[in-house]
Amino acid sequence: MRDDGGGKPDGAVVRDALGVGIAVGLSGFAFGVTSAGSGLTLLQTCALSLLVFTGASQFALVGALAAGGSPFTAAAGAFFLGVRNAFYGLRLSQLLALPRAVRPFAAQWVIDETAAVSLAQPTRRGARIGFVVTGLSLYLLWNLTTLLGALGAEAIGDTDAWGLDAAGPAVFLALLAPMLRAGTERTVAGLAVLLGLGLLPVLPAGVPVLVAALAAPAVLWARGRGSASRGDAPEGDR
Amino acid sequence: MNIWIAIGVTAVGCYAVKLAGLLVPAGALERPVVRRLAALLPVALLAALTAQQTFSDGQALVLDARAAGVAAAAVALVLRAPFLLVVASAVVVTAGVRALGG
Repeated sequence: MRDDGGGKPDGAVVRDALGVGIAVGLSGFAFGVTSAGSGLTLLQTCALSLLVFTGASQFALVGALAAGGSPFTAAAGAFFLGVRNAFYGLRLSQLLALPRAVRPFAAQWVIDETAAVSLAQPTRRGARIGFVVTGLSLYLLWNLTTLLGALGAEAIGDTDAWGLDAAGPAVFLALLAPMLRAGTERTVAGLAVLLGLGLLPVLPAGVPVLVAALAAPAVLWARGRGSASRGDAPEGDR
Repeated sequence: MNIWIAIGVTAVGCYAVKLAGLLVPAGALERPVVRRLAALLPVALLAALTAQQTFSDGQALVLDARAAGVAAAAVALVLRAPFLLVVASAVVVTAGVRALGG
């Protein structure tokens, strides 16, 4: 984490950052269409991208509202998905060493993609360039394509016929896939799927996802007990 | 009105956790159990959401064209396709299956 040489050239960092910013930024179109298709107005859809700006939470919120969830259970699900950003922020604040006055402005850009690009850089300079370029390109493009998607949803008409209702789960799957390398993660995912689907018909909309989140502490607890009784290290995955 | 309440609560909550991460002194969230849980919570939520949005219609469980689309996205992910292509494959396959009357 030094400012001296040995890192990638600035141009290479900018290219990587723009690649991520543009690819993910364009998928704001899918969010705009999904949100408008779920019955949110143009203003509500754009407000979500401008103010919330963390894709999975936005998709979760409109999905829960469309399914008839109460505003508070819908917001709770979206909030819990956003909690991971606090942990990105913790890593980034050490890595970027931002002045205190800048932090409230930088905070809105603390998301999966900026963290992924910044944490991949070997130097502080590279991390800062990566954070700013990814954050700026993604924020601008995400909001622009959200607007276009929401406007386009009317023109497209029945968004289901165009298969756009599959965009939300595909985005979730793409975010989830890289996290599923270890056995514990797969167990948590499997249990969460069972809980989420099993409880769907019997609990009010939005609540099954919150219950499914309990798969995380449950599996951690079970593995902790199992490894304690066998006497191996708690991190012995696989 | 309900929707604006949900938007407001979500916006404030999501911004607060982003800022908290930047402001909290390192160490406060460094306990191994807390870090482990923070890494696993998104896994549980994303898995449950993916399953629900693929297999549900309101409160009913259904198997329709979306399952084919999400399966296509999974194949694209295994083939290491870029993010946009993964999402596009889900949309195109779902639309295709519906067009064929699936």
